[in-house]
Amino acid sequence: MKQDDQKTEGMNFLESIPRRVVTLYIPLGIFVFVLLFPFYWMVVTSFKPNAELLSREGNPFWVIAPTLAHFEKLIFNTPYPEWMLNTVIVSVVATFASLFCSVLAAYAIERLRFKGSRITGLMIFLAYLVPPSILFIPLAAIVVKLGLFDSRWALILTYPTFLIPFCTWLLMGYFRSIPFELEECALIDGATRWQILVKIMLPLAVPGLISAGIFAFTLSWNEFIYALTFISSSEVKTVPVGVITELVEGDVYHWGALMAGALLGSLPVAIMYSFFVEYYVSGMTGAVKE
Amino acid sequence: MQKLLNNRHFLGLLFMLPAGVLLLVFLTYPLGLGTWLGFTDAKLGREGVWVGFDNFIYLIGDGVAQLSLFNTLFYTAFASVAKFVLGLWLALLLNRNLPFKSFFRAVVLLPFIVPTALSAIAFWWLYDAQFSVISWTLTRMGLITQYIDFLGDPWNARFSAVAANIWRGVPFVAICLLAGLQTISPSLYEAAALDGATPWQRFRWVTLPLLTPIIAVVMTFSVLFTFTDFQLIYVLTRGGPLNATHLMATLSFQRAISGGSLGEGAALATLMIPFLLAAILFSYFGLQRRAWQQGGKD
Repeated sequence: MKQDDQKTEGMNFLESIPRRVVTLYIPLGIFVFVLLFPFYWMVVTSFKPNAELLSREGNPFWVIAPTLAHFEKLIFNTPYPEWMLNTVIVSVVATFASLFCSVLAAYAIERLRFKGSRITGLMIFLAYLVPPSILFIPLAAIVVKLGLFDSRWALILTYPTFLIPFCTWLLMGYFRSIPFELEECALIDGATRWQILVKIMLPLAVPGLISAGIFAFTLSWNEFIYALTFISSSEVKTVPVGVITELVEGDVYHWGALMAGALLGSLPVAIMYSFFVEYYVSGMTGAVKE
Repeated sequence: MQKLLNNRHFLGLLFMLPAGVLLLVFLTYPLGLGTWLGFTDAKLGREGVWVGFDNFIYLIGDGVAQLSLFNTLFYTAFASVAKFVLGLWLALLLNRNLPFKSFFRAVVLLPFIVPTALSAIAFWWLYDAQFSVISWTLTRMGLITQYIDFLGDPWNARFSAVAANIWRGVPFVAICLLAGLQTISPSLYEAAALDGATPWQRFRWVTLPLLTPIIAVVMTFSVLFTFTDFQLIYVLTRGGPLNATHLMATLSFQRAISGGSLGEGAALATLMIPFLLAAILFSYFGLQRRAWQQGGKD
């Protein structure tokens, strides 16, 4: 990255400052403004007292008398904390389970090269392209039949259907970049395949594991359609579904509480993302580039 | 036993077992079951019996289903083109020599990582008929006299939903294309500039050909996600007003889960598959072949 910056410096002198402002800074400013405005609006709304929310007078872009009432209502008068806990449990368990399955699958496809590994790799990629919107109806029937309806298990077991293909595909790319010679040396020294996987491949693939883990976690945190379909009791709902189905009551919308709920529900992924931006981006672009 | 564990074919299958079982039970089987359900009159909690093409014939004659097909195609086409153009533009901007580059890149991706259902609530509030801040600003600027009914009027609602979808999708397209742009060597641009190429020519004859393969993949994903979108519409409009924004995914949810007729919903979901396959084949092979003709690999 650093190198690229210096290289492109080369042709910068061809551009005058005013031209740069018009072609670069103004459009970029507009992009950033539009992309971030809904978040700003979420924050402002969640701190506004109801009187300010429902008045057309004054400047709506600022809060005159900030209040924590909406957050208080959310935490003490709604099952929001429970939804948060559910989301954390489901996302963490689904992510780790998927990582475990994906590491084994990716190693088998990429390194063991068993009979039919190529076709299996292709199937994994195709599985990645199957959208949840066409799976949720038959899955609902299966979940009911297995007696998992309305339990966290329904989500923990179905989320891997989109997490495993993604993680496996990403990890295959990482394993491919590790030299074969390392493995051959270990084999000659008498290591078993399991030892090679745990002691050689995994430590070298840590960046890939983090990328896959972060991405899988955000995907399961954001999942909506399965959680909406397979869960009906309030105490096992996840945050996105709980906010949509329970905080919206009748015709009176509690915008303050809704925005506070949206903000708190977005924060965990946003914070985690801010710590691991590079991993997240390389996970996302890596999966597309392959 | 030891010998078996050192056999890579056996070990490979053993390692594939956890992922394979999960995917077979919860992905491959439901895919088949969904198609089967489409040919039955199954209700929620009741096994159905085979009814042949009844569901499909009914859906093809159903005005709401036809409207949802139109909406889905409109939504996909409009949003995908806009996401591509804006995403490419944003990627080109971010690829320039810029202070705080990584900060900008991180911030730009935010709409993509927060839960769509939750950011859709923010849009819902932005689109409120009485308190929309967009209407407020436009009124103060003197551009409109009456507050816009963003979600109450069919065409307004369609465009509002498309706008929210574009907002969510642009970061993904932009960041992926940026990753592609960063692999293009700056010396190519310098060489082109020395030969007298204008900025447009440099973009058209250097950037675009080298970027085509990644554009193909990114847009395939983008079209796929947009065509099967559910959350945004479900939160913003629930398909209203007068079914004007129902997508095939939201309508199949309404029919199958809210209405209880699993068979009909499954048939509607099955009807999406040919369109998805067509979209994948079109964008993938269409753009791949162009890349190949221009001397790219494969």
